[in-house]
Amino acid sequence: MFEFLSDNRASIAAVIILALLAAFVVSLVTGRKRDAATANREVFGDPERTKGGWYWAVCGVSALMLIWFYFSWGVGRAYVPSAANELCQVAKLEEAVSPIKAALPIGSRYYKSTLLVSRNADQLEILRANVPASAFSSDEQTELVSLIDQIGQLIVNSSDPKNLDPALDGQLSALSADLDSLSEKLRAGPGGLQPTEEALAQPKWGTEHTEIPVLPMTPKGMLFDNVSVEAKEVADRFLKIRNHIPANDALIAEIKERIATLQGNSESGGFDEVALAEREAYIKSVERIFKRLDDGTIFPAASLESVNTAVENLDEANGEARGSLRIVEALLLPGPGVVKSRTQCTEQGSARWLPKPTDVVATFMQLANPDLENGGGYRGVTLLWWKWLPVAEVVGFLFPDWIADAWPGEYASHDSDGTISPKFKDKLLAFAQGEVSLGYIPWFEGHIWDSMFRVLMALSLGILLGVPLGLLMGISKFFKSFFDPIIELYRPVPPLAWAPLILTIFGIQDDGKIFLLFMVAFAIMVISARTGAVGTQLSKIRAAHSLGSTDAQILRNVILPNALPEILTGIRIAVGVCWGTLVAAEMLAGTTGVGFIENIARTVSDYELIWVTILIMGLLGLMLDMIMRWVIDKTIPWRGKG
Amino acid sequence: MADLVCEDMSMTFTNPQTGDAVEALKDINFTLKKGELLSVLGPSGCGKTTLLNMIAGFINPTAGVATLGGNTINGPGVERGMVFQQGALFEWLPVSKNVDYGLRMKKTPPAESKKLVEKWLDIVGLQGFGDTPTYQLSGGMQQRVALARCLVNDPDVILMDEPLGALDALTREKMQSLVLELWKETGKTILIITHSVEEALLLGERLFVMAPRPGRIHKEYNLPFAERGLNESLRDIKQDSHFAEVREEILTMIWNMEEEIMGRV
Ligand SMILES: Nc1ncnc2c1ncn2[C@@H]1O[C@H](COP(=O)(O)OP(=O)(O)OP(=O)(O)O)[C@@H](O)[C@H]1O
Ligand SMILES: [Mg+2]
Repeated sequence: MFEFLSDNRASIAAVIILALLAAFVVSLVTGRKRDAATANREVFGDPERTKGGWYWAVCGVSALMLIWFYFSWGVGRAYVPSAANELCQVAKLEEAVSPIKAALPIGSRYYKSTLLVSRNADQLEILRANVPASAFSSDEQTELVSLIDQIGQLIVNSSDPKNLDPALDGQLSALSADLDSLSEKLRAGPGGLQPTEEALAQPKWGTEHTEIPVLPMTPKGMLFDNVSVEAKEVADRFLKIRNHIPANDALIAEIKERIATLQGNSESGGFDEVALAEREAYIKSVERIFKRLDDGTIFPAASLESVNTAVENLDEANGEARGSLRIVEALLLPGPGVVKSRTQCTEQGSARWLPKPTDVVATFMQLANPDLENGGGYRGVTLLWWKWLPVAEVVGFLFPDWIADAWPGEYASHDSDGTISPKFKDKLLAFAQGEVSLGYIPWFEGHIWDSMFRVLMALSLGILLGVPLGLLMGISKFFKSFFDPIIELYRPVPPLAWAPLILTIFGIQDDGKIFLLFMVAFAIMVISARTGAVGTQLSKIRAAHSLGSTDAQILRNVILPNALPEILTGIRIAVGVCWGTLVAAEMLAGTTGVGFIENIARTVSDYELIWVTILIMGLLGLMLDMIMRWVIDKTIPWRGKG
Repeated sequence: MADLVCEDMSMTFTNPQTGDAVEALKDINFTLKKGELLSVLGPSGCGKTTLLNMIAGFINPTAGVATLGGNTINGPGVERGMVFQQGALFEWLPVSKNVDYGLRMKKTPPAESKKLVEKWLDIVGLQGFGDTPTYQLSGGMQQRVALARCLVNDPDVILMDEPLGALDALTREKMQSLVLELWKETGKTILIITHSVEEALLLGERLFVMAPRPGRIHKEYNLPFAERGLNESLRDIKQDSHFAEVREEILTMIWNMEEEIMGRV
């Protein structure tokens, strides 16, 4: 079932997108109609105006989903599932031609030769103007200037088309002709080309970890693939072509000799260390430029013109051969398109970091699958599932060992015959260590549960300790003044600043994280309970006094219920903050939890997984908040009505 | 006898920041016999609430003592019930739980307290409203709940600080009859503070007119109207010429006091 859904996600997305479009349009129309009908019912600014309006929620959510589908290329994949594969073949051609383009104005504004000429001439100019007078004798200085001029002559010779070797000219023309024949091929269209069996057997776009199938799956793709193979050969040939001209040969030999002479002068001595270093550095830089000019990479601009034209022609043919694909790319695949790099084709632009909604769901389903043997869960832990939990473990957790230690008497020791007869104290210890069998209960497990458990534990502890302290601080000078500075000092520190300390002290297991979250929840609960307690109307407290309550009864029956709205709001805030802190804490350390998954996903740049965790966190946070809102509505209907 | 006696009671508030002292009350002396109904009237700020708070035990006088039945008042107690102007009901509890609050604090058996609650809800005219949340009640009904909550505890003295101040004229009149009825039926000592001269005359068997700066009892009246109100219609009493005469006299008195305050400021 899941396999089927997963394989056909493009078609499923096509249906969903239509449904979303319909929902968007219908809700928009309904919304406009209904709002127009009720426009005069309440005046502007009346909060009643905000009541209702589910259709705007539908409108907003469907718009968001459509935007998501569009920018993740989900729409493109749904309606033109072959686009990415064809674009991948086009990208192959681009990749193949790119070395030629890089040397020509079509790819980089200037001829590569032009850039070389300008850069080397500039550097020679600088060297010529800065001959170090302290390191060279005046004879040598003249010699250097003339040497530099001679090196400059190399550039001049290479740039002149008249000096061009006729054989080289022939090579370049053949290259242009080959490129033109490739253009012809593209223009002729795929003809009878058919994709191979192997190509057709590839997984579909996005169903595997390699996003886009690399082998061509359509005739058009085949055409581009074939052309790209040939283009690669042409490009390799182009890279090997050198402009070695006979006119330079004598010059090069002479320059080499003159440099050698200068180097010989340095070695013959008479220079102090500083001067020697300066001479060597200068001669080396002259030599470096010479070597660059020596290897024949400068061509006369005119000689490359034909190649440039041929590449332009190829680009044109490329566009024509792409045909409708160009429109698809422009309309449905926003961003810089598909790029081929080494062994795979990748989506660029928004689609790179924004996975398609259907892919996110598929990844989620895979994570949610509790069958760990068959690729479910994440890193050997399910997302959210259940297991049989030994009751003894829970008891052992709640029943500390020291109770057994404190029990009067001694632990049993082995008798003279080598047997051990356990006493009651030993049995107590076994109990405290969870080593007795008390049966099993079904219990949750998995990454989500681990995260929830940490939040819930911390929250419960925070409420149990924070609320009483907050109430006391609201009514007692001692408690207020004693605890206020402590809490106010630690509260503003961002919880993550504590994290390294706390994880060191408590370890990376649950204790540390729970304590970190407890600190967050505790401060919030103290402050909200205190605010609630302080807000109790004096007349209520006085009435309670006159009705014969003791102080404790007033705290329990008047101040606590009166603070309840603030306390519940505090819990709601604490849930949100704890959730946020938890994910960050799980990113620091640990091996389970939603934040842990996100952390791993981050290090391997698995954007689908990142979005899955983001959505899990968002939805769980939303769910907790909805629960809290419901609890608030149910438990304090009197709020704001006292 | 559970008489309420105030001896030389004074109250001076000191502003802790400026050190300014306000003589809210000075040398208050009076005795309220058991079963008497006293209404207290006076311009705003003359110390009426302060007087009541001292008797209730919420604040301690800076000088003098108040005793109830010979026992010095030192802190709040069940024998002195309080009814506030508004906002003193526990809105998180339904009507019956508000009413039986005092009983629950005393750990009265539930069966017994249930009976008592029903009896008192009946008397104040709220039978059947036991489970209603108090925030769903009208202002008049809320004050009835407050009365029932106070009376169910069977206090010796009932202290009321403008209990009817927030009610509309019609509801107010009904509540005034209710207070008189309760007074007759329970025979409790009642001390009621009011801003309304008519109400003070109608409800006061005795009436203190207080004067400000320092707060003191300016004049005392003994009036027949409360007694008459038990049998006659309150509206008829208000038409009475004697009633009108006393009303005008007191109005002039308070008016002059207000003028004096304004003049001094
Ligand atoms: N806690 C306090 N601290 C300082 N001054 C106070 C305090 N309570 C009351 N006062 C002052 O004591 C005086 C009497 O106040 P009180 O509330 O008793 O007046 P009142 O007669 O009840 O007025 P009203 O009719 O407006 O309720 C006022 O001048 C007031 O400013
Ligand atoms: Mg007052």
